[in-house]
Amino acid sequence: MPMDLNFTAEELAFRDEVRAFVADKLPGEVRRKVLEHRRLRRDDIEQWHRALFEKGWVAPGWPVELGGTGWNAIQQHIFDVESAAAGAPRLSPFGLNMIGPVLIAFGSDWQKQHFLPPILSAQQWWCQGYSEPGSGSDLASLKTRAERRGDRYLVNGQKTWTTHAHWADMIFCLVRTSSSGKKQEGISMLLIDMKTPGVEVRPIVTLDGEHEVNEVWFQDVEVPAGHLVGEEGRGWTIAKFLLSHERTGIAGIGASRRELSYLKHLAGEERDGARPLIEDPLFRDRIAQLEIDLMALEWTVLRVAAAEREGKAPGPEASILKIRGTEIQQTLTELQMEAVGPNALPFLPMAWGDRWIGPRVGPEYAAPLAARYFNYRKVTIYGGTNEIQRNIIAQQVLGL
Amino acid sequence: MDFQLSEEQKLLKDSVERYLAKNYSFELHQAMVAQRQAMSAEIWEGLAGLGLLGVPFGEEHGGFGGGGVETMLVMESLGRHLVIEPYLSTVVLVGGLIDLGAAQWQKEALCPRIIDGSMLMALAHFEPDSRYEISHVACRAEPDGDGWAISGRKTLVLNGPVAEKLLVSARVAGGPDDEQGVTLFIVECDDERLGGHEYPLFDGTRALDIQLDGVRVGAEAVIGAAGGALPLIERALERATAALCAEAVGVMQRLQEMTLEYLKTRQQFGVPIGRFQALQHRAVDMFIQVEQARSMAIMACGLLSSADAFERRRAVIAAKEFVGRAGRFVGQQAIQLHGGMGVTEELAAGHYFKRLTAIDILFGNSAWQRARFAQLRAEAPPAAFTQPRKQWKRI
Ligand SMILES: Cc1cc2nc3c(=O)[nH]c(=O)nc-3n(C[C@H](O)[C@H](O)[C@H](O)COP(=O)(O)OP(=O)(O)OC[C@H]3O[C@@H](n4cnc5c(N)ncnc54)[C@H](O)[C@@H]3O)c2cc1C
Repeated sequence: MPMDLNFTAEELAFRDEVRAFVADKLPGEVRRKVLEHRRLRRDDIEQWHRALFEKGWVAPGWPVELGGTGWNAIQQHIFDVESAAAGAPRLSPFGLNMIGPVLIAFGSDWQKQHFLPPILSAQQWWCQGYSEPGSGSDLASLKTRAERRGDRYLVNGQKTWTTHAHWADMIFCLVRTSSSGKKQEGISMLLIDMKTPGVEVRPIVTLDGEHEVNEVWFQDVEVPAGHLVGEEGRGWTIAKFLLSHERTGIAGIGASRRELSYLKHLAGEERDGARPLIEDPLFRDRIAQLEIDLMALEWTVLRVAAAEREGKAPGPEASILKIRGTEIQQTLTELQMEAVGPNALPFLPMAWGDRWIGPRVGPEYAAPLAARYFNYRKVTIYGGTNEIQRNIIAQQVLGL
Repeated sequence: MDFQLSEEQKLLKDSVERYLAKNYSFELHQAMVAQRQAMSAEIWEGLAGLGLLGVPFGEEHGGFGGGGVETMLVMESLGRHLVIEPYLSTVVLVGGLIDLGAAQWQKEALCPRIIDGSMLMALAHFEPDSRYEISHVACRAEPDGDGWAISGRKTLVLNGPVAEKLLVSARVAGGPDDEQGVTLFIVECDDERLGGHEYPLFDGTRALDIQLDGVRVGAEAVIGAAGGALPLIERALERATAALCAEAVGVMQRLQEMTLEYLKTRQQFGVPIGRFQALQHRAVDMFIQVEQARSMAIMACGLLSSADAFERRRAVIAAKEFVGRAGRFVGQQAIQLHGGMGVTEELAAGHYFKRLTAIDILFGNSAWQRARFAQLRAEAPPAAFTQPRKQWKRI
């Protein structure tokens, strides 16, 4: 079989099936919010989560017997792209993509039985407690302590930047269980119920006026020993396992395609003198470059996915997906903001709510664009900054 | 969707790479350029011996029956070894025109001689006023008896100096920028009404400027439909552009390897310079560009066989735009990371950089491709991008 870059008949049929499903089951209101950059509530995301759960499509990366789909990497890519491009919100990754796979690989039977089903059904929300005020990129220096007391751990310390801690029922935490030896070896992973006495969540407001991230404080928090994942001192290995399990979805191709068409839509609506902005050669040039960059990334993703489907270890090209994906996402927000010119200036967060009936300044579509631009500065910072990503490639791929 | 090479394709890739690794040293390249030699006859024979000169031609003409992917594999290797031999012009470009447009009897006459390496040909299409515009043809062909008399000027005939015959585009009707009215003729280089001069390009390859003063050719010299050659030329340039992208990937890949090697061996401040994070990140950015350029070359070459002309065109334009930009970046960074050594004639890196620079310019640089890409969209927006547009709530 020679190289063939066209989708097969089965792949096309699958794509159509995904399209039809999204068209049928994605609530119109949620879709509109995503497409128009309105604020999403927990319930918006849950509606889509539940639709996928009912269809059996909510956890493609999991083993089939535990609720996975059995899709190969190309199918997974098709699903990601089609659903995101059509306006499906991103599901919370903390349960489905992070702690779920970790428990499947390292968890006890009790942990699997107890925690996996409510992740699938969205009855339980998770958040990720890794970063601390003094430990960001240098995560292994983390200080939150967990001391063993009989059949419990006593946890003291502080996590920060914890996304959606205010929505979460559970947090998976990296904690220090030993301060002797290599710092990586004293780290363990604990699962902590957010309602345990001594857990306190304090909001952090970001540049865009949003509340997504939090500080999470632990004061003498008691955690049952059965909530330790794997063995004591294995937390670092488990955290690294998670990183190696990031899939092609990290490139965000579908969402970027959606934002690219929105950018073209905006540039078609906005006027630059007598003509639509999209006819301005300079602006059009920048859109063209971005679109081509996105193609280059998408074909790289397809190469990675095809290799994965053949059961091959991902090639070195897999390491570039996060860097390029996030850079492209940021450029998209930047050009969208630029497209609306001075109408990006007014800052009226209450007006982007879905039920605002008060006065507006400028076109409705312009209102959330600057906030989104500010918000998206995060994507090159979280999940390992792009500088850290480059360090990893330099060392692990280029051998420098 | 499948990116894996077939057994036959793997064999092809290995055999070219093995042959060039053994026979095409950088010293050979240097010596030819210094002696103003456009190519080595021995190497050409060697490539013919491997069957590479027949890649685009059908098996019934003694060819390999290959497509974009096969050409990609050869071109990537040629790029890796900085081969200056006229593969692109004779095999991909002229070969492509013959494959796509020539009559059966013309193929029978021309293909065997290209395939066995005994005849080189070159395309004389672009003119002093063309810049990158493919449809600009001012050169004219007037009816003359039962043949034609061609007059005008052509520039940058790649590898023209070693060609035995040229394919010359000339207008039989219409004005210089009309889509219709262009015809492609076979012209013998020893024609006495054909004048001109040869010169080197900055990458060491050689080209020709020609002046045709009523060069006479018979009716049998016409390739394809009289007056309708432009689509043919566009199609062949599409193939050649995709092939250039593959060559660029080979050039970039090798340049990246040389740079990494240098980062690991050159010492300053008591450590290999690759320990410096500023340089590590530069190396990573080069790597990112190379990998994506590879994805784009695969896409362009792999989709050349697509029946969807829009998809094909979009792929080739996007690939050339990206590869041109990536090549510029990778080349510039490679020189910078080599320090003073990077700007010497002696070191191979500079020559790879020059070839990348030439590839960006050939058949339209990134800026020009980008403008075409933006235009494409205006003509026929792909369905996926227009679909959500209908659903926006209007204010
Ligand atoms: C919106 C948002 C959501 C987040 N959500 C979560 C979450 O849910 N859970 C969680 O645990 N964490 C979360 N994080 C935290 C995130 O993972 C950290 O911010 C990130 O790892 C960087 O750490 P830092 O902020 O301490 O920056 P620092 O590590 O202090 O970095 C500051 C700068 O120095 C650079 N730098 C640091 N070290 C190096 C080096 N060795 N080489 C070169 N440059 C270097 C960095 O790239 C950066 O530019 C979130 C962050 C944000 C912004």
